[in-house]
Amino acid sequence: MVTNITNFGRSGLSDWLIQRVSAIIMAIYTVFIVAYLLFNPGLDYATWSGLFAQTWMRIFSLLAFVSLSAHAWVGLWTVTTDYIKPTGIRVGAQTVVILAIFVFLVWGIQILWGA
Amino acid sequence: MSTLQVSIYRYNPETDSAPYMQEFQVDTQGRDVMVLDVLHMMKEDDNGLAYRRSCREGVCGSDGMNMNGKNGLACITPLSEVIKGNKLVLRPLPGLPVIRDLVVDMGLFYKQYERIQPYLQNDTPAPAIERLQSPEDRDKLDGLYECILCACCSTSCPSFWWNPDKFVGPAGLLQSYRFLADSRDTATGSRLAELEDPFSVFRCRGIMNCVAVCPKGLNPTRAIGKIRDMLMANAT
Repeated sequence: MVTNITNFGRSGLSDWLIQRVSAIIMAIYTVFIVAYLLFNPGLDYATWSGLFAQTWMRIFSLLAFVSLSAHAWVGLWTVTTDYIKPTGIRVGAQTVVILAIFVFLVWGIQILWGA
Repeated sequence: MSTLQVSIYRYNPETDSAPYMQEFQVDTQGRDVMVLDVLHMMKEDDNGLAYRRSCREGVCGSDGMNMNGKNGLACITPLSEVIKGNKLVLRPLPGLPVIRDLVVDMGLFYKQYERIQPYLQNDTPAPAIERLQSPEDRDKLDGLYECILCACCSTSCPSFWWNPDKFVGPAGLLQSYRFLADSRDTATGSRLAELEDPFSVFRCRGIMNCVAVCPKGLNPTRAIGKIRDMLMANAT
């Protein structure tokens, strides 16, 4: 057993499952957005804004944002443990990554519920 | 045209400040010999050349090395299988510290093997004669017990290169599953508990370099998948 405290789920198994589930959610969201853009060629602001005003779209979008955040945490944590060997620099990099994910997530929520 | 151009990694820490590649011309007399035979021919010219070998028939696992970029056992690899443009490049197994020439320090590899407790554990009273196993349960060990611990797989794995102290590696995980799958072993729970962290098993990214190089044709990636399935069944 190797102890870890900065990975997302504190367990390799939970990180592994979260990575896969979040990937599927993001894939479905991407397919939906691309399909929506293709089926609405002359898209204007009112239609786009109307899509995001609906509760189901906000839930779907927030789910995709949270998935992206978890996915990025698990993935970038792995990258830092592979390539950054000095502990101080590695913990610093992990902190920057986690803080950035937090900032982007809150910002995303604000955009979703703003205006 | 029977002279083979061989480029071989040389390093003697007592006399060399850094490793270097040495060129040899080896006359194979047009025969398709094994790479180990070529090493013997070179050692006749320079008996300071160091490499491990023992059984010379793919059973002992001593002569794992990197031949033209691919890990394998020199004794069972014919030249025709590895030669590119009449040139052979021999290097030690990647990722492990070099002791001399093609001889590497296998300490980390064995440490990971030791960690998975590669022996049968059973806490029930021993029967009078032996612990019996059905032919079906015995079949589950096929493709697992044949590993000779040559380290060709683990030293071709980038996850093992970056974290040889934390990631068990394909060879160790294949053996770990060999005991997880054994109907006579009762330590399944404690074995799985040792493996659920983000490194021991989950550093495997499934690139299957291990499967590509295994001289015994084994499939560590499949064994790792089975361990993951067992962990998942246990924890969800």
